[in-house]
Amino acid sequence: MAGHDTDDPLGAGIVTGLGVVSGVECVIVANDPTVKGGAQGPTSVAKALRAMEIARVNRLPLVSLAESAGADLPKQAEIFIPGGASFKNLTQLSAAGIPTVTLVFGSSTAGGAYLPGMSDYTILQRGAARVFLGGPPLVKMAIDEDADEEELGGAEMHARTSGLADYLAVDEVDALRQGREVVAHLRWRKRGPAPVTAVPDPPAHDPDELLGIASADVRTPFEVREVITRVVDGSRFEEFKPLYGSTLVCGWAELCGYPVGILANNGILFSEEAQKGAQFIQLCNRTDTPLLFIQNITGFMVGTRYEQGGIIKDGAKLINAVSNSTVPHLTLMVGASYGAGNYGMAGRSYDPRFVFSWPNHRIAVMGPKQLAGVLTIVARQKTEKAGEVFDEAAFAPLRDAFEAQVEAQSTALYATGHLWDDGIIDPRDSRTVLGIALSACHSEVVEGAARYGVFRM
Amino acid sequence: MRLPITRLLVANRGEIASRIFRTAHQRGLSTVAVYAPPDAAAPFVRMADLAVPLVGTSAGETYLDVEQLIAAARLAGADAVHPGYGFLAENPDFAQAVLDEGLVWVGPTPDSMRLMGSKVDAKAVATRLDLPVPPSAEIVGDDPAKWSAAAEAVGFPLLVKASAGGGGKGMRPVLGPADLAEAVRAARREAASAFGDATVFVERYLAQARHIEVQIFGDSQGQVIHLGERECSIQRRHQKVVEESPSPGIAPETRELMLEASVTLARSVAYLGAGTVEFLVVGSGGEQELFFLEMNTRLQVEHAVTEAVTGFDLVAMQLDVAVGEPLGITQDQVRFDGHAIEVRVYAEDPAAGHLPSTGTVSRWTETPGVRWDSGVETGSVVTPYYDPMLAKVVAHAPGRTEAAAVLARALRTCRVHGVTTNLGCLAAVLESTPFLQGATTTDFLDRHPDLLAAATPHVLRRAHLVAATLHAQGLRRSAASVLSFAPTGWRNVGGSSRTATFAIGGQPTMVEYRMGAAGAVEVMVDGTAGAVLLHGVSDESVDLEVDGLRAVYAVTAESAVSGDSPADESSARTVWVTGGGWTTRLVEPPRFPVAEGASVVGGLVAPVPGTVTAVLVAAGAEVKVGELLVLVEAMKMEHRITAGVAGLVTGVLVSAGDSVEAHQALVAVEPQVPAETGDGGAS
Repeated sequence: MAGHDTDDPLGAGIVTGLGVVSGVECVIVANDPTVKGGAQGPTSVAKALRAMEIARVNRLPLVSLAESAGADLPKQAEIFIPGGASFKNLTQLSAAGIPTVTLVFGSSTAGGAYLPGMSDYTILQRGAARVFLGGPPLVKMAIDEDADEEELGGAEMHARTSGLADYLAVDEVDALRQGREVVAHLRWRKRGPAPVTAVPDPPAHDPDELLGIASADVRTPFEVREVITRVVDGSRFEEFKPLYGSTLVCGWAELCGYPVGILANNGILFSEEAQKGAQFIQLCNRTDTPLLFIQNITGFMVGTRYEQGGIIKDGAKLINAVSNSTVPHLTLMVGASYGAGNYGMAGRSYDPRFVFSWPNHRIAVMGPKQLAGVLTIVARQKTEKAGEVFDEAAFAPLRDAFEAQVEAQSTALYATGHLWDDGIIDPRDSRTVLGIALSACHSEVVEGAARYGVFRM
Repeated sequence: MRLPITRLLVANRGEIASRIFRTAHQRGLSTVAVYAPPDAAAPFVRMADLAVPLVGTSAGETYLDVEQLIAAARLAGADAVHPGYGFLAENPDFAQAVLDEGLVWVGPTPDSMRLMGSKVDAKAVATRLDLPVPPSAEIVGDDPAKWSAAAEAVGFPLLVKASAGGGGKGMRPVLGPADLAEAVRAARREAASAFGDATVFVERYLAQARHIEVQIFGDSQGQVIHLGERECSIQRRHQKVVEESPSPGIAPETRELMLEASVTLARSVAYLGAGTVEFLVVGSGGEQELFFLEMNTRLQVEHAVTEAVTGFDLVAMQLDVAVGEPLGITQDQVRFDGHAIEVRVYAEDPAAGHLPSTGTVSRWTETPGVRWDSGVETGSVVTPYYDPMLAKVVAHAPGRTEAAAVLARALRTCRVHGVTTNLGCLAAVLESTPFLQGATTTDFLDRHPDLLAAATPHVLRRAHLVAATLHAQGLRRSAASVLSFAPTGWRNVGGSSRTATFAIGGQPTMVEYRMGAAGAVEVMVDGTAGAVLLHGVSDESVDLEVDGLRAVYAVTAESAVSGDSPADESSARTVWVTGGGWTTRLVEPPRFPVAEGASVVGGLVAPVPGTVTAVLVAAGAEVKVGELLVLVEAMKMEHRITAGVAGLVTGVLVSAGDSVEAHQALVAVEPQVPAETGDGGAS
């Protein structure tokens, strides 16, 4: 859904994902020639860069399946500068010991030629791959040479003459077969620990019931423990501090055999919740336990009493802990994600390894109604300060339009269209998605933080 | 009386060797096997206390080589030799050689073997005893005109038979004079190779006859008894496949006559040991006619049905009388209990003219409740060198119908994978109305060809496809090194079904499937949707509910299914499924076949700078993959330029003596699209 509700409505011309190739979890980036001939627009670039980031932080081999018309020229201004990072990323992945394998099935020219050019391994399909910096028309214009496409950048030429192709494939299936052999011979070893339970129990409570547990309207609260027990192994959850800071549920569980610490919201965060969360994050870092954040949060509590109680200091403790925590973070959006609670609960800008959303998810600085209300109050104050009478009725359409705009910009679809998450998922798939994400995280070392920022006391 | 036997050599192989070892071990005898190299891994070799390898491969070089067998007995210190059946079992020269070596021969005397083993001489004895014999004549000399004269005297249709033979070897049916000469020559060849004696004779072919035989036993005290009759009418290629005792189609008076005549015949030659007197019975009820056919001077394959109804161990009795012990029972003490039926399980395809099938038995699981005398086990290799019989299976029950049902069920539920067998055909025979009515004559299978090619019922074929698919799926899941918790083919964006492609008998079939929750699977087989519930998968089976019917399907995959290994995906996989009484062989084509020409290393250019020393093709030539085209010498080394693809040479660009640069093109070959290759799934 990347690109949805953006200026790039066709979305990305690439498909990205995690997949298992020859028993190795890899990040797969594949051109989709059915979208603008695989021409790369801004969404494609953003997706590709995100895929490479996932490969880098989780230490996953990157497999590219290339067949692209090149840059989406009308949008060149939006892609030229950010897109260039992809070639840097490729070589930096390689330098980090993360293999990059590129299979070329078609055109991969101009800047795209650096995709195979920067990869550890290249497989070119005979009669189909075209890899050159400048095609025949450009060559004619530049140096007045009549060049043949095969001679200029065909698979045979690159396999026999230029050496850009490491493997020559006779057809698509042969290319895939050779790609699988290359990945097999990487003898890839994951650095993180294996699952502690080889054959994990499914949840005792039916995950299908998740559809009935979440609220379609995020203003209707629901019990997040009902979500946890439909996601974790055997529905077993060892709750931490259950009697303290009760709107932030913390505890330990196993998910698809991996130990995990869970922080899950039941609405508003108070000082106790923030302190409890900060403590829990530190405990999980001490035991190298990955963290799962389940967000259904309407924000930090406001009001005189809470400000005097130091809610800023306590919120800061939570944000400090989550920012400096080094175990893998996974974030699941199951309802609201409003205000600074998004930050304290490892929102996108806090670099969790993966973020997934349920379709009912809403995300904004605060709820649309509250935002519109705040706007109205501010407008009234401004008007009255000027000594005028505030016309409630005249302001109403403006307020409603603003509310509608915030509402539209806070939906799960809008969020995923802007790559604020790594995809909307069917709530019933939560366990499988999180399991796959956890497994991916364990390709890299799982190690807790040694130090944090100064905790304001 | 001779000294007791202490160490018995069995000059045979397969199930009969095992059968004899079993009794020998029960009696405390040490045993010796002999084996040809192709049998080195056969179960009978390990079952014996000692085994002696024979040199050679074919039966003639090994199991028929008297010198090697005698040397083996000497080497292993055997004091007795049992010949089993087939091979040298009815060869008096071998018996004599054993006796000359000072060993006990477990069988009749060479003299009576010689007399009764010759079909011509045996008939003369029978005629003297007033037994009716079918018209026959010996074929002598090499003059086809003389053969014709003999044949005309007998009358057509007739059978050419090996005088020394048995088991259908050296036997040829001849419908008219035109086919005679060829049949005689073929029968002589076969007889010479199988029995070491090329003598053949012609005999009138009796249509609609029952083949009924009498088991007789004689001891050195001159006592001869019979152990009842066996009917062995159901045959294919003149070889028995279904045998039973008693016969369902013999009138009491005919039976009496037959039993009495058999004992008289054996007594007249002072017969020692186990023997069989064979008859053809024509007609029914009081109208039955009896013809003496021949006498077999050995233990027969089908002796097990006699053992079942009499309770005797015929091998034990052979061992007793061979050392001069009396039989220890009189005719009055022989009791017949119930009905026994035996079938012979062959590695062959009844639907394809009983074409023998060879290969590795990837699974051999016998069913309880019946007697299995088997020559193979899981992992055994069925070679083309010897008789393709894998086992004989015997059911014993109070009545014939029950025995047939017990045996049919045993055949339907055993699991034999890896080679095509006649199990389904045998079960179909036992379940058929004509068989259950006792309408068994020697042309039974000719009259009921549908029993040979009974096809798997459609609903089962479908279940077998689903079983093979989900078995592979389950094994891939459990073998997965990562993400084994995730369902097969799982995608967060939903997604298409998984597909598996199989060929059954060369016919391609596609199974589409989508794994749901709690074992529910949506399947589509050849476009027909269905609901499947998967209860469990193990290495060897799938517990499956297909369209409302649940069963456990035995599945044998003959190669690994791991999706983690690309090498496994480059070759076809053969899968066998048994369930619902049927077995299906499925061939899954490789997911990622190695394309022809994919492994081109050199190509048609000079790999290094050098000199062309030879050009071996001309323009217009068709070349195969790997064919040598040009030789280039460089730095004292010869580089072979071979064709990377099959194709047509469209140009030769260099000639011998030319200097060439690295990467310089030498020969132009236009690739040709390879012809579609079948999957080899015909079974």
